[in-house]
Amino acid sequence: MAFYLSIKEIWRNKGRFFLFSLVIALITFLVLFTAGLGEGLASANKEYLEKIDAQVLVFQEDTDYSTIESRLEYDVLRNVRRWDGISDVGAIGFSNTTLVFQDGIEPIDASLVGIEPGKPGSPPAFQGEPIRTKQGKVVVIDQRIAKQAGVEVGDMLTLKSTQGTDDEFYQLKVAGISGGQQYFFQPSIFVSLQVWDDVRPKANVENNGGPIIPNILAVKLDDPTALESMSNFLEERVDGIEVTDIETAYKSAPGYAAQQNTLNTQKGFTFLIGILVIGGFFQIQTLQKVPQIGMLKAIGTSNHIVANAAVLQIIFVTLFGVALGGLSTLGLAMGLPAGIPVLFTGTSILTALAALLLIGPVGGMVSIRSALKVEPLTALGM
Amino acid sequence: MTKNILETRDVTKVYESGNLVVKAVDGVSISVGAGEFIGLVGPSGSGKTTMLAMLAGLLNATEGQLNIDGQDLNQMNDVQRTRFRREKIGFTFQANNLVPYLTALENVELMLRLNKKNGREGRQRAADLLTRLGMDDRLNNLPKQLSGGQQQRVAIARALIHNPSVVLADEPTASLDTERANQVVQIFADLIHEQNKAGIMVTHDLRMCKYVDKVIQMVDGKVARVITERAAIDTLAGTSQFDTLSVPKMEDQFQNQPLIIPNPSTFVPVRIGAD
Ligand SMILES: Nc1ncnc2c1ncn2[C@@H]1O[C@H](COP(=O)(O)OP(=O)(O)O)[C@@H](O)[C@H]1O
Ligand SMILES: [Mg+2]
Repeated sequence: MAFYLSIKEIWRNKGRFFLFSLVIALITFLVLFTAGLGEGLASANKEYLEKIDAQVLVFQEDTDYSTIESRLEYDVLRNVRRWDGISDVGAIGFSNTTLVFQDGIEPIDASLVGIEPGKPGSPPAFQGEPIRTKQGKVVVIDQRIAKQAGVEVGDMLTLKSTQGTDDEFYQLKVAGISGGQQYFFQPSIFVSLQVWDDVRPKANVENNGGPIIPNILAVKLDDPTALESMSNFLEERVDGIEVTDIETAYKSAPGYAAQQNTLNTQKGFTFLIGILVIGGFFQIQTLQKVPQIGMLKAIGTSNHIVANAAVLQIIFVTLFGVALGGLSTLGLAMGLPAGIPVLFTGTSILTALAALLLIGPVGGMVSIRSALKVEPLTALGM
Repeated sequence: MTKNILETRDVTKVYESGNLVVKAVDGVSISVGAGEFIGLVGPSGSGKTTMLAMLAGLLNATEGQLNIDGQDLNQMNDVQRTRFRREKIGFTFQANNLVPYLTALENVELMLRLNKKNGREGRQRAADLLTRLGMDDRLNNLPKQLSGGQQQRVAIARALIHNPSVVLADEPTASLDTERANQVVQIFADLIHEQNKAGIMVTHDLRMCKYVDKVIQMVDGKVARVITERAAIDTLAGTSQFDTLSVPKMEDQFQNQPLIIPNPSTFVPVRIGAD
């Protein structure tokens, strides 16, 4: 009965309810897009770190987990590696470079990551092969670069980096292509630490030839659950380091928290607006329907049918609106050019969708209360 | 008119708001039998609507007994009252009778749906009843596509379709012109007689009394007069509302709804203001 009433009312007022669903669709679109942007930006920030086959990262002491500020001497690596409970350690160096191409292809700014072949931090290649030797002048690239510049395994890649005051160009062969490996809002290219030390931009060329100074260590534990105790243990035994899990590391990246908070606030406000708009719409509608609801009650419609009809109606309109908004967001996402940091996967999108479905009932609560409070006596004008 | 479907004994309703106490209905005892159509008349404020609300189980009596179909309305809780209304009562209202998003046929069927008695057979009966009321070409129209008289006829069909014991009509002709008012009340009376319902119609329009079997006239919450003789009813129906017993008290005159003049041609229009 409640179903019958709500469906009939929607059907006979298609235009009005459709318009309202459009509003909900718009809100859905905004929320999902904000969520997607948050996810995309976060991912651009952490994608590489998140995929590293390790549990903890070692930084230089007092560097606030900054991968750029942190600099580790080589004997720290040896010192960390020797303890029981440590499965494997890989040193990683971060820098930037620009990839230049011929034939009018736009240069691409990339994160230049130096890794130890076969150690934690070394990316897998889904095409071609990973980096195997310390000396090989080969590179593994993020699939984004492959797609964007049409680079294939076996191609030669030209890196431009500033050495002192001059721009130097380096030729490296593409050994393999990896999945998404962004870091610092840029796609990454991977080379061995030795190659990295050669080709990375340097302010002072005289320093060439000194020992390699990686930025961080990725540490794989024998027991991944012993994360906390092993972190503390390492900090006690090895001088001059701080150790943290990967999540804490990328969350402390400069700007990461501020950015995510901004987007979350924006999302929250959009939700709030959604709740108010839906609440307002259904409340106005209920107030207009008072005589009708009174009459229905007077002829023997139970309160619970009246309430259920109102709830169902809100659910239908919300479902339709959210589906509409979700689909159009999806459509837009597919047509979006590469490089825009929007990502429609992950739990944040699912949470956003679930929350969007809730804003209808939450917003409509007041109107349902009003509908329940209508006296059947109003039918008699009393 | 064998047995009484509806009986009240010394029903009183007192409204209290703050220190203001209004005795809207004051010791009313009436009875209505099967196939009997009652006209409930009286000046504004005499307690007609309050009486109707109590008979429909919409309002609790302050004192006295209300019985319909052997059920004591005072003994019912809210859930029982709601059920009682949808099973035993047929209702037509002065305005906002119909659900605006349901067609004429669906509005009538609604009563069957509420009682979980809808279906192919129910739909046919609803259509037949509407046809009987001259609405056969309007079955699938929405209320907004119907005239006031047509809407009242749909309401009448809805008030009867679920085979209630009592049919209550609150000012069914208030928004209708004379011709339509006569049509609507006549068919209403016919159906109540045919289907053996206890019918009560509250009306301001004394002319409509020519279709009822008994007139109950209320003044100040009390039954002032019960008219059962045909001749007396017809006389009342032929007179204006300036009938001795329905003449309102002075203070009531200002809150009265417009009085209905039986023959407008005898009424000399008075121009107000100069131009
Ligand atoms: N809810 C209420 N609260 C207080 N007084 C009321 C209420 N409803 C009606 N009354 C009073 O009760 C009396 C009878 O009203 P009513 O039953 O509406 O009469 P009628 O329908 O004959 O015009 C009137 O004096 C009216 O002012
Ligand atoms: Mg009244």
